[in-house]
Amino acid sequence: MEKNIETIIDITGLNKWFDYFHVLKDINLTVVKGERVVICGPSGSGKSTLIRCINRLEEHQQGKIVVGGVELNDDLKNIEEVRREVGMIFQHFNLFPHLTVLENLMLAPTWVRKISRSEAKDKAMHYLERVKIGEQALKFPGQLSGGQQQRVAIARGLCMEPKIMLFDEPTSALDPEMIKEVLDVMTELAEEGMTMICVTHEMGFAKTVADCMVFMDEGKIVERASPDQFFDNPQNERTQLFLSQIL
Amino acid sequence: MHTTPIHINSMKWLHKNLFSSSLNTMLTMAALYLLWIVVPPAIEWSLLEATWVGESRSACEPNSGACWAFVDARIEQFLYGLYPATERWRVNLAFAILFLLFIGLFLAGTIKQLKRSWIVTLILIPYPVIALYLFSGGSFGLVEVETTQWGGLFLTIVIAGVGIVASFPLGILLALARRSEMRAVRSLAIAFIELIRGVPLISVLFMASVMLPLFLPEGVNFDKLLRALIGITLFQSAYMAEVVRGGLQAVPSGQVEAAESLGLGYWSSMRLIVLPQALKLVIPGVVNTFIALFKDTTLVMIIGMFDFLGIVQAATTNPKWLGTAVEGYVFCAAVYWIFCFSMSRYSISVERKLDTGY
Repeated sequence: MEKNIETIIDITGLNKWFDYFHVLKDINLTVVKGERVVICGPSGSGKSTLIRCINRLEEHQQGKIVVGGVELNDDLKNIEEVRREVGMIFQHFNLFPHLTVLENLMLAPTWVRKISRSEAKDKAMHYLERVKIGEQALKFPGQLSGGQQQRVAIARGLCMEPKIMLFDEPTSALDPEMIKEVLDVMTELAEEGMTMICVTHEMGFAKTVADCMVFMDEGKIVERASPDQFFDNPQNERTQLFLSQIL
Repeated sequence: MHTTPIHINSMKWLHKNLFSSSLNTMLTMAALYLLWIVVPPAIEWSLLEATWVGESRSACEPNSGACWAFVDARIEQFLYGLYPATERWRVNLAFAILFLLFIGLFLAGTIKQLKRSWIVTLILIPYPVIALYLFSGGSFGLVEVETTQWGGLFLTIVIAGVGIVASFPLGILLALARRSEMRAVRSLAIAFIELIRGVPLISVLFMASVMLPLFLPEGVNFDKLLRALIGITLFQSAYMAEVVRGGLQAVPSGQVEAAESLGLGYWSSMRLIVLPQALKLVIPGVVNTFIALFKDTTLVMIIGMFDFLGIVQAATTNPKWLGTAVEGYVFCAAVYWIFCFSMSRYSISVERKLDTGY
């Protein structure tokens, strides 16, 4: 596929501390439009923190993060602008339990994008159909299975029509038989050209969709490679060790 | 099909619930005995031997039971205090309007054209203005009735109603302020809550009614009832804040993260995502505070206002009715209980309505 080479995320010299704990060390990462990046690594290596910095759920202390041409700093306007264009999927879905599935999807478009309720509803139904869950629109999240909830969460993110989707271990809290239905939706999304950054341990998924693998350990990016090279011929010995343990 | 005869079922029920072991049998017997010594005399006193009408305590002398004639003779005063008899229709009208609005609120779920949010807005914005005008008058042809003449159950409901409606939003704001990331806001909220919670309501009321006028410049004076209302509202809002804060802490942080990641700002996330969940969780605590507030209104007695309890108590010292204190207090207790129990039942129905299975 011919790619339009346009940098959409540019992270340079990123450092972050939790009190005295240095979680992210000198991170440099660029993502171009349409690229699918999979970040993996042992737990505690800073993967989740890194992607949470991209929509400023975590504040960084040093370095520069530019998303879609907007720099993330203390300016609330910038933060809100970035968040409008960046969707995020969480490990524990974080659906709003007091609202129906449909209301979950309509909320942000009506309150943030300020589109009309009927337009928001059409959009919500469109994306619910796309994640194959249209018939559950009027249920509450608590009445759905984990896999269904995560698909609703993906549809909720898509309703904002973001330019980038971040996935923070989207299948880690799911029962094994539900993982596939979520990965299928994600694969479809990748095929449509969405820019995606996924933190995941699903190496099968990584192999099929990733353009680029990033391996992190102890707060650093240890290796960045194409999936072929990453899985068949990893350069760093920590990457080799990690892969030998999980594959 | 074979069905067990009812008498066998009830025997089973008795055995299972009351006589399942020797200890339970003993407890059942003890409870029955207690009921036997308490209930018949209570019924005899309050109903069978009671006197229902009469002009003074002496009318009740022939019977050994309760002297309800006292309540009957004074009921108008208990309800309205010293509010002029010719103007009492204004109070009735205001409460009738409120009653209709509440009926509307109950029907809002079943009738489509009635929007619940409209009725709530009506109750919160134009209604207080109308009620205030009806109660105090002073213009457009209504005679002015000073707040010193307000009293009885009417005053109790006014104080409790204003206290509840004002302390709830104030408590929410204080709770949010206490969890704010802005240090100055947080410190102010903590200081206010801890200061107010650390003193008895009586001292707050004394401050509001006795000390505050001393600090105000000569000639500046505002209504005593208003001062009492402010005192009670501030006091209860501190408690409310802590109840609400408990709810805020119980909402997982992922909820705020999800709201923020969708681009919602602080106030939208709080209003649309966090507060609806937090408040649902703390309904029992909120209603607890409402009930406490309702009963705490009796303390305005000590700053010289005659609320429901105050006016009943005052009436028992009337020479014509000496010796009717018990009847007065029992009547008061019953009325307070009806109000508080209704609030409790209403809260249960709200909880059920908001249950979405999470």
